[in-house]
Amino acid sequence: MAYNDKVLDHYENPRNVGSFDKGDSNVGTGMVGAPACGDVMKLQIKVGDDGVINDAKFKTFGCGSAIASSSLVTEWIKGKSLDEALEIKNSEIAEELALPPVKIHCSVLAEDAIKQAISDYKKKQ
Amino acid sequence: MKLPIYMDNQATTPVDPRVLDIMLPWFTEKFGNPASSSHSFGWEADTAVKKARQQVADLIGADAKEIVFTSGATESNNIAIQGIARFHQERGNHIITLVSEHKAVLDTCRHLESEGFDVTYLPVQSNGLVDMQQLADAITDKTVLISIMAANNEIGVIQPLAEIGALCRERKIYFHTDAAQAVGKLPIDVNAMKIDLLSISGHKFYGPKGVGALYVRRRPRVRLKAIMFGGGHERGIRSGTLPTPLLVGLGAAAELAGQEMDSDNKRIFALRERMRLGIMEQLTHLELNGDLEQRLAGNLNISFSYVEGESLMMAIKDVAVSSGSACTSASLEPSYVLRSLGVNEEMAHTSIRFGLGRFSTEEEVDFVIKTIVKAVNNLREMSPLWEMAQEGINIDEIEWEAH
Amino acid sequence: MIYLDHNATSPVRLEVIDGLIPYFRDFSGNPSSVHGAGRGARKGLDEARRSVAKLVDVHASQVIFTSGGTEANNMALMGVASQFDFKGHIVTSSIEHPSVLQMCDLLESRGVAVTKIAVDSNGVVDLKALSAALTPETFLVSIMHANNETGVVQPVAEIAKICRSAKVLFHSDTVQSVAKLPLTLAGTGADMISISAHKFGGPKGVGALVVDNHLNLPGMLLGGGQERGRRAGTENIPGIVGFGIAADLVAAEQGELAGKLLALRNQLESKLSKALSELIVFGDKVERLPNTTAFAVSGLDGETLVMHMDMAGFAISAGSACGSGRTKASHVLVAMGYEGAVGQSAVRISLGRDSASEEVDLFVRAFVRTVKNLQKMSAPLAI
Repeated sequence: MAYNDKVLDHYENPRNVGSFDKGDSNVGTGMVGAPACGDVMKLQIKVGDDGVINDAKFKTFGCGSAIASSSLVTEWIKGKSLDEALEIKNSEIAEELALPPVKIHCSVLAEDAIKQAISDYKKKQ
Repeated sequence: MKLPIYMDNQATTPVDPRVLDIMLPWFTEKFGNPASSSHSFGWEADTAVKKARQQVADLIGADAKEIVFTSGATESNNIAIQGIARFHQERGNHIITLVSEHKAVLDTCRHLESEGFDVTYLPVQSNGLVDMQQLADAITDKTVLISIMAANNEIGVIQPLAEIGALCRERKIYFHTDAAQAVGKLPIDVNAMKIDLLSISGHKFYGPKGVGALYVRRRPRVRLKAIMFGGGHERGIRSGTLPTPLLVGLGAAAELAGQEMDSDNKRIFALRERMRLGIMEQLTHLELNGDLEQRLAGNLNISFSYVEGESLMMAIKDVAVSSGSACTSASLEPSYVLRSLGVNEEMAHTSIRFGLGRFSTEEEVDFVIKTIVKAVNNLREMSPLWEMAQEGINIDEIEWEAH
Repeated sequence: MIYLDHNATSPVRLEVIDGLIPYFRDFSGNPSSVHGAGRGARKGLDEARRSVAKLVDVHASQVIFTSGGTEANNMALMGVASQFDFKGHIVTSSIEHPSVLQMCDLLESRGVAVTKIAVDSNGVVDLKALSAALTPETFLVSIMHANNETGVVQPVAEIAKICRSAKVLFHSDTVQSVAKLPLTLAGTGADMISISAHKFGGPKGVGALVVDNHLNLPGMLLGGGQERGRRAGTENIPGIVGFGIAADLVAAEQGELAGKLLALRNQLESKLSKALSELIVFGDKVERLPNTTAFAVSGLDGETLVMHMDMAGFAISAGSACGSGRTKASHVLVAMGYEGAVGQSAVRISLGRDSASEEVDLFVRAFVRTVKNLQKMSAPLAI
């Protein structure tokens, strides 16, 4: 299967790779997927006092589409409020990256990762 | 050095240019149908087919009359297994094979199960080899066929053919071996190894795609039911117009393989070891899949922990290899061959198969080592699993949510 | 040597060989591989599938590549029969290719009832006999489009109509008619048609079964999932690419070629009949493939004629080229009622796109001379 240019771009120049200290009270961490399934995504958000996500980082074990999906959402959620970030749908991710049907689960994981990171952050407040 | 580098010779091999040169006239000026008995176009083609048959026979120590041409190893496997099972149904309905066989064998066996045959799918040991005691114990008085591959397509391990052959002969059971990966690469003698049926694929040893052969022993005679009918070609075992150019190519590839097997193997083995040691020296957390000793010279299969196979293939896109990860195939399960060795799913997802061949060079190997080491290091930096491993977290103890 | 045996096989066209060679060299990957080498091969496979689909006016997904016409015919019959669990009834004709007839024999041994309907003296199947043969158990009719030995064309559209009203599947072996007649799947009205590339300038070892969309045919060769699970085995990429190119070439010149071949055959038959008053042309009262003529000069042995013609520099055939060196009376001519001497003396001429008017004249002259010589030699015996 040939990859779409946007997937290749995110894969070759992933944005926001890295980690925050997950103990920080203004950091929310989402970890989704399973090694046995071939995808694990870790997405972290740093939330400002105004409730806006001012930074995001990811690490992903998975195929090119999984890496691109996580890289893309770190860009999308920066500058968004938590509610706005929660509105991101996997279908938008899949459409932006032109994911083929067999790769749709990568976009689902990315959406789940956002939700989990936000819920982790909210629990800490 | 030309990019991309082809290092997937277990998937298919390029046609040797010497083979192609021999084939080409048979498409155009010498185009006759070998079954046309009434004119010289047909006779000329028929003579070429005879020569090819002899060349293939010579490579495996068989008689030319024992070679049945087919469209490839998948068809050969189908004919051998269905053909024996159906012909000898009265005598017994039990077949023994391995869980790590090629799909052409497994799917055929599954199909026969749906028709009422009994199939035992023997496990393999963690090195990929059959346990001879287990095999002997699995035999019942209903067993008519044992089908065990010569060399595995993913991990390259070589099964003890002579031992299996001796066991089968002693217990009066037909022995079929899918030798698609082994023919032309390992010395095979159907008599010394007591093989009754053997499947050959042209495109796995520098011959053309779309052609293969099935060796069917004549003494003692092996009888089977055909699956392709019409015209009575190939002793009635396989009908259809014989594709002369492809057969000429298969024959030429067989002759070359016979001549160059020793020197090829020596060179390819040295390259493979250079690659294995080069990678192992520079990276940690690696697992070699399959036995190192009983192995095709050109095969290397390594799991790169914490790095998913498909993303690794993408990172080394100038190098053509394959991965045991589910994502590279239509199925969603990671390689069943690796799973059969007891490799867990996670490690199966991180596996890469390197298939070196006749045209691989030292320069290419060095480039691949450099490329793969860099890519693995980069991807591990990006991997949450690697991060956790560095922090001393055992990822096997985490409860992951499956999806 | 002049080659007049194109129904047996045809030379690969130069455009085809030029187009397929790169798939031996630069794009020699396995199309199941995801890397560039595999994708290059996959692209060739996809393009060829579209070309073959276009030739017979179907969607690419309806084309299942096989190792040739024999496998396609086998697969059609075996596939449908296994869907019906080897219970029920198949109707075919007595003049089919052995790949259909022998598969029917096998299916019979596995419990399927088979009826072989007769043909008339022109070699055309009797539609009334077909209708009469259908029973509530009938699930498949397999009747060829054009016969390989005589070129006689069957009324497939009528047959299709009968099958449709009886709700029976219809397979037609179109191995000989594709490229010689303009032909589409819908035009034949069949649910499945078989194609072989080497009959029209493509390579040997590749063919296709083209199936109607609603059919979900199980595979005959198992293991590997190629061709959407319908035909396992690594694809013969150079062969398939060559098939696609041949299909494109044929699609572009189809009507024109048929006209040219027909003119040549008319020339051949009229000159031969003029010179040999005793000539019998099989099926000359009905529609035939424009390139094929089968005829007999009573009293002469077909095999002997063919041997003499080979020595004179002409490759022709006596009956069909299938099997290996058997010389028994053709089942096709026997079915048409030519059991005795006439059937034994039959020869077949099948023209190709490179055949020329001068070649036809040379052939006629040599053939007439040979016949006269042989008749002289055997004359005392005849008395």
